[in-house]
Amino acid sequence: MSAAAERLSLRGTLSASPRLAQRRLWGARTDVALADIAAGTALGSALPTLAGRSVLLRTRDPLCAALALIELDGLARRIVLCPPDLADETLPGVIETAGVDAIVFDEAPPETASGLLAARITLPVALLAEPPLAGLETEWVMFTSGTSGPPKMVVHTLGGLTGAIKPPAGEPPIWGTFYDIRRYGGLQILLRGLLGEGSLVVTAPGEPMADFLLRLGRLGVTHLTGTPSHWRSVLMRPEAAAISPTYVRLSGEIADQAVLDALKARFLGVPIGHAYASTEAGVGFEVNDGLEGFPASIVGRPGDVELRVVDSALQLRSSRAADGYLNAEAGALRDSEGFVDTGDMVELRGDRYHFVGRRGGIINVGGLKVHPEEIEAVINRHPAVRMSLVRGRRNPFTGAIAVAEVVLNDDADNEAQLKAEILETCRRELAPFKVPASLKFASSLAMTAGGKLERAIA
Amino acid sequence: MTLTTEAPDVSVLEQDSCEAGDRSGLKAVISAKFLEVAAAQEKALAPLSDDLVLLESGLDSLCFAIIVATLEDELGYDPFTEAEDVFFPVTFGDFVKFYERGR
Repeated sequence: MSAAAERLSLRGTLSASPRLAQRRLWGARTDVALADIAAGTALGSALPTLAGRSVLLRTRDPLCAALALIELDGLARRIVLCPPDLADETLPGVIETAGVDAIVFDEAPPETASGLLAARITLPVALLAEPPLAGLETEWVMFTSGTSGPPKMVVHTLGGLTGAIKPPAGEPPIWGTFYDIRRYGGLQILLRGLLGEGSLVVTAPGEPMADFLLRLGRLGVTHLTGTPSHWRSVLMRPEAAAISPTYVRLSGEIADQAVLDALKARFLGVPIGHAYASTEAGVGFEVNDGLEGFPASIVGRPGDVELRVVDSALQLRSSRAADGYLNAEAGALRDSEGFVDTGDMVELRGDRYHFVGRRGGIINVGGLKVHPEEIEAVINRHPAVRMSLVRGRRNPFTGAIAVAEVVLNDDADNEAQLKAEILETCRRELAPFKVPASLKFASSLAMTAGGKLERAIA
Repeated sequence: MTLTTEAPDVSVLEQDSCEAGDRSGLKAVISAKFLEVAAAQEKALAPLSDDLVLLESGLDSLCFAIIVATLEDELGYDPFTEAEDVFFPVTFGDFVKFYERGR
């Protein structure tokens, strides 16, 4: 079989690795030699029956999901990669939308996904007499970290997902990631681990951060990645002394100067990069100069990824972007010129763009998205309140936190009591991360020419 | 702490107690805030001592976020966001020290 004619499949690429025998995939309770999974299966005799199917990949352990991805890429028509927090109740809708006709699971298949061909992941990996042909261009379906409503499903191909991955230079890395590998940021690291010549340490369900750090240290992780919130949490732990990465990477949230500087001080001489990526737009760019934001010079530059800024929103045109949404109601992912609107708002300061928040002022509280309007609606229910404005305030622990300004109907001499009443309502009606951490009274709020509350983004 | 030798005894004493009062006052304000937020978020807070590791105190990052935001309202500054040299506190003592340095 000619190598040139063979499409890139995960199993095929692994099998061709010159140092395969030294490479491993580590979970918390068990680990797997990549040589074993390249020539074997954790799906037993069910593996060939999954050929050509649309497979719901729903495991508790991320390690099992990683093994299934290696086995299913090129074999299944479609892999629907469920993140850990996807609710069982949403599965019937997901199954219908994605035309799912098989499920791969590790512990027990969810009751809401009955009637499908079911295949269980079991370890250890068994050797296959002959690995099945993996000639399909498998669709990889991922879920966006949506804020409300049914989850949006985004279609990628392995080619698009791996477009930003360059062959590693120097010593083969041992990758580790604080992300779950079933989210875009974590999947990027799984694929870097599998397609490079390295090894990879993945998280385990319910594993405390402290234990994970000790495990990363024991296994000698060299390349470590997570969100700014992950890293802030690492910096606060004594167990951080266990790790000594040679490369630190952040993505998934705004990497502010504070967290970049703190990491630089903690890991002296170690390159620290932050990447811009989203489930829809793919990996956009990486910034490696240690500064927050990104150089304005990369906007408008032709290449694999083109950036433009329209009405302060960052837009990307990229071969790594998703092909589209599976949900019909989600609309088009790209505009007529092929650009994906990221909804991330940027501001030009000197020769650099800085991220200033989400369009519409969505506040990202430690990775959880908060709509200011939802909180304002609760505050405004109090009979003494005329109007309110909720915005994000920078915070060292969660990146941002919601704070409120409230205008009362009349001058009140019992502000302290009103404040307590309003906050009590918020605590009753809202999830804890949505309750304003600060509430101040103001005499007025700025309005736009169109009569809307001015949501200054800063 | 520096005391001026030329100052009359009584004012030295006043200055001394005043400074000590400020320092322990700040720690008391921060301790009270920890207790208040722990109660509001229904978390069991470990006894506050200087060597208590914050992440083992029973509070989560949302609690710390609320503590910093409300202290900013009360004290008028957030030493984490304003600081030149960036640092993340590991212990309760670190946390208090940062507010003392940042004032």
